[in-house]
Amino acid sequence: MEYEAVIGLETHVQLKTKSKMWCGCANAFGAEPNTNVCPVCLGLPGVLPVPNEEALRLTVLTGYLLNCEIPRFAKFDRKSYFYPDMPKNYQITQYDKPSTANGYVEFEFSGTGVSPVQSGAGIPSENRRDAHSTIARVRITRAHLEEDVGKSFHFDRNSGVDFNRAGVPLMEIVSEPDITSADMAYEYLNALKEILVQGGVSDCDMEKGMVRCDVNVSVRPVGTKELGAKIEIKNMNSFSGVRRALEYEIPRQIEVLKSGGTLVQSTRRWDEVTGITEEMRTKEHAHDYRYFPDPDLMPLAPGEEWLAEVKLRVVELPLARKQRFMRDYQLPASDAETFKSDLPLGNYFEGIAQQAKNPKAVANWVINNLRAKVAEANERRTGVAPVSLQEDHAEKSDTGATPVLHVTLTDLKFKPAALLELVSLVENKTINSSAAQQVFSEMFDTGKSPAAIVQEKGLAQVSDTGAIERFCDEVIAAHPGPANDFKSGKTAALNFLKGQVMKLSKGKANPALVGEILERKLRN
Amino acid sequence: MVASEFDIKYVAHLARIALTPEEEQKLGTQLGHILGHIEKLKELDVSGVEPTAHAVPLMNVTRPDEVRPSLPHNEAMRNAPAQANGLFTVPRIVE
Repeated sequence: MEYEAVIGLETHVQLKTKSKMWCGCANAFGAEPNTNVCPVCLGLPGVLPVPNEEALRLTVLTGYLLNCEIPRFAKFDRKSYFYPDMPKNYQITQYDKPSTANGYVEFEFSGTGVSPVQSGAGIPSENRRDAHSTIARVRITRAHLEEDVGKSFHFDRNSGVDFNRAGVPLMEIVSEPDITSADMAYEYLNALKEILVQGGVSDCDMEKGMVRCDVNVSVRPVGTKELGAKIEIKNMNSFSGVRRALEYEIPRQIEVLKSGGTLVQSTRRWDEVTGITEEMRTKEHAHDYRYFPDPDLMPLAPGEEWLAEVKLRVVELPLARKQRFMRDYQLPASDAETFKSDLPLGNYFEGIAQQAKNPKAVANWVINNLRAKVAEANERRTGVAPVSLQEDHAEKSDTGATPVLHVTLTDLKFKPAALLELVSLVENKTINSSAAQQVFSEMFDTGKSPAAIVQEKGLAQVSDTGAIERFCDEVIAAHPGPANDFKSGKTAALNFLKGQVMKLSKGKANPALVGEILERKLRN
Repeated sequence: MVASEFDIKYVAHLARIALTPEEEQKLGTQLGHILGHIEKLKELDVSGVEPTAHAVPLMNVTRPDEVRPSLPHNEAMRNAPAQANGLFTVPRIVE
């Protein structure tokens, strides 16, 4: 019998706010233990939590980004349990009236078990092959708002708790069980992360534990409708971990069933080191959370005006952006993918692409040259930065702010229009491509205009056949060996001679003309 | 009036309260009476009534996203029965 996997994910994401969910303590990673704490987030008696309005906005914004409905009524509930990282002995969450519900995420995925929901309409046929990957859709049950818990550290004889993280706004995004493989789960998580980062909802920094995931997975015979026993794998903190855990867990469950065993609803733990999952508890020991409305918190009833304000913050979805770049600028999928993932780079491109005769050529320059140069400049700058500045840098990036030393596309020495000018100098054959590299390097360093650099350095391409003929004659006379090699049939020798002519012309000769003239002379 | 079956031992465990057999007997009876009143309320037909989330008719009470000073570390740890390296220490957590 063939089996298939049914997977749903619960993804927890820390929201990008300045302060915590119910109190004014800083929402900041990396502070000394128990320094961003107050009576509210320590769960001391007699305190009153008050919801952070920005966290509510970011949750509803997520709802819009994930195509959800935004109910006009939502509330907070208490989920009761005892655990040392949860000082109130209950977590505030949204149980039956979440802030968002019934959405979906679409992403490129061409693996098994996916029904295509749309094709690459409007994408040029020569790029159609790249665009051919199927669009998968995973439905979102809800994205609701809750609070993070403290962080535990385990020692030999006891455990220690840091409550800096307790009360940080945490959003839980629950998917429907629409995922059918480890790879699909991985792509879903990446797509979700990209949407949340580009939407300004969360920095989603995995290293800082800003995204954690619970995986629900069951298997069933192909063609049956009834779900198998649900197995939950708790607290995954990397997307590759989720993929590996599923790559282990799905065959494990199938094996149990095939060998005549039964599976029971249970919770398992993924062990990153040994690469296996192990049972933590079964259904008999399931928690009894006794949800009830939190009497400390008033219900939420988002009004038209408030919702309209949040809606203004909705950004173009990464996938839509990629498809638009392919359609509007006739870019291949790989270029569009780069601009999809790198928002500032994509914006830079788009700023000049509309005026470009050949957007593809502009995309090449932006991706291959500009991006590399910026990366190189950043490496150079951080490499020589004094120690004090480096510490400053580290601190800044911990709080999620832009590091001070970072070279960005907005503080380049040349204007975006200069890059367009450079591309057209190549297109109209004023300079050849190796000269263009020199010009680009110079304009990056000095901000001078491409035309001025070409003039100054005498880089204009020589297309004067008389001049090129003289260079060719000279080279053939100086290298009789390769010349004879070519004449006797070794066509590769032409490249050597061509190189010599280019060198003699100081790189300025039109390479196509050089090839033509050399060949003509050698064949005569 | 005494409510239908409920497990006093289970309820005590959920609340992490250790009860003697006498207390189980006494509290069990008392809780049973309370649940009995709830049973009585359940006789009311509320099919046309919206569930109430809060008795006070207020909505959308929020605060702006502004950082305010936290407790000084020493103050925050003052009531901790045990602490080490700036952490609240607790019996080793194993699950």
